[in-house]
Amino acid sequence: MSALLAADLPYWVQSLLRVLGGVVAVLLPAGAIVYLFLFKMMSFMQSRLGPMEAGPYGSMQLFAEVGKWLQKEDITPERADRVIFKIAPLVVLASTFLLVAVVPFGPDAWFTNFEAGVFYMLAVSSVSVLGILIAGWSSANKYSLLGGLRAAGQLIAYELPMVLAVIGVIIQAGTMNLQGIVLAQNTGEMFGWNGLGNPYILTQFTGFIIFMIAVQAELTQTPFDMPIAESELVSGYMTEYSGFRFLTFFIAEFATAGVFSFIASVLFLGGWGVPFAWFGWTDIDSVDNWMNVVGPLIMFGKMMLLSFVIMWVRFSYPRFREDQLQRFAWKVLVPISLVNIMVTAILKVAL
Amino acid sequence: MIAADLLVAQNVGFGIISLLMIIGAVRVVTVSNVVHAALWLVIVLSGAAAQYLLLSAEFVAITQVLVYVGAVMVLFLFGTMLTRARIGAESDLNNKNWFLGIPVALLMLGVMSYVIVDGFGSERLIDNSGDMQPIPVQLISDDIFGPYLLPFWALSFVLLVAVIGAIVLARKD
Repeated sequence: MSALLAADLPYWVQSLLRVLGGVVAVLLPAGAIVYLFLFKMMSFMQSRLGPMEAGPYGSMQLFAEVGKWLQKEDITPERADRVIFKIAPLVVLASTFLLVAVVPFGPDAWFTNFEAGVFYMLAVSSVSVLGILIAGWSSANKYSLLGGLRAAGQLIAYELPMVLAVIGVIIQAGTMNLQGIVLAQNTGEMFGWNGLGNPYILTQFTGFIIFMIAVQAELTQTPFDMPIAESELVSGYMTEYSGFRFLTFFIAEFATAGVFSFIASVLFLGGWGVPFAWFGWTDIDSVDNWMNVVGPLIMFGKMMLLSFVIMWVRFSYPRFREDQLQRFAWKVLVPISLVNIMVTAILKVAL
Repeated sequence: MIAADLLVAQNVGFGIISLLMIIGAVRVVTVSNVVHAALWLVIVLSGAAAQYLLLSAEFVAITQVLVYVGAVMVLFLFGTMLTRARIGAESDLNNKNWFLGIPVALLMLGVMSYVIVDGFGSERLIDNSGDMQPIPVQLISDDIFGPYLLPFWALSFVLLVAVIGAIVLARKD
């Protein structure tokens, strides 16, 4: 497993490379999603062109926006809790960076190879709730506090279906290691035919749908954007943030969309791998080294596909009411995912 | 002169994290704002998770983060923000019987030290600092659902009772 990264480099060089890789793996998807989907795709869906001035087809618009935000004055409300107000966006962004640390991009191209990677992913994604809660509280604004409380209630409610949806995958793969899940999908076979491997979107389709719905809710994207509902809460917990602190929230939101798409593609779409039977590989160690270059590209493609779906849903549906949102999580998603776990476990033992 | 085998990276990390945890724990009880106290508690609890990681007990560390940082502390903050979370210092935060806690804390310290010394005595962790392997999750689950199955059931039964009790208390009709 240590051919590429751990070759002969000292520990600090490895760590530096991993941090740089993590920054790229967080910022690149965020930029791509914001420009391609938020700026362009949304505009096309609404019969307009979107940004066209900065660069060809407005492709430099991102840099213009970031430049604009960095120039703005950094305002802290007079009665706010200053220290916590400033820490809160960083907690949310840190949760995103911790999340990308477990995603495998190739046979040797990983940041950390946690034994219990799926479990780590679920634990770390719940840290962002803390950041959102204290952002809402420290702003000393009743809209912010309401938004923060709504966000916390929603994230707690939708974390449960997410955990339960992933359990089906874990049962089927027999491991919680994300590399192990990639391996299990790409060496799997459907009725004795191994030409496509066995991506779990086919066997765990219910789990996949529930996972994507829960991701949508975790990102507080429409139709689950009750916490930042701009027409009644004036952007909820983000109301008082301006300048680069707002930018931090903004990056964290779209970077998390990208990272969750990465994780969903590992869990359900086969991750970085191609079906191992194509090239006669049998396990991770026998995978050729060029997969370390092709793997990240495959991951990026799958990530763009899934975040396209996330954004498409975001632009298409109206918002849930608060009670509908909670009822949907507890009375629809949780029971279905429990049944899914039972059926998967029975089939796993029976087959 | 400190012995050379004490100055390994794990020990330095242990020292730094412990210092942070102690500062955090003192601030939890001295700070004069409920939300700040809760946030200092977050630092103490994540410090415990980091200590577990140093012992290569990965699963326990992740559970610590998931349960305490992700769920318990969020509920704490949620509850205080719904009821009484003002910004700024509060004067009446200290209970006037706070000194009663000191003997209880000392007693707990004594019991815990006795149990740990009695249970492990002169046993030492195996020194595998060369290639520390995390404990496989399968081993943990085999233990929980094997020899410790009955306590596990009893615990989940207690939790079930607590959940039903909460529903009974919360229902109006």
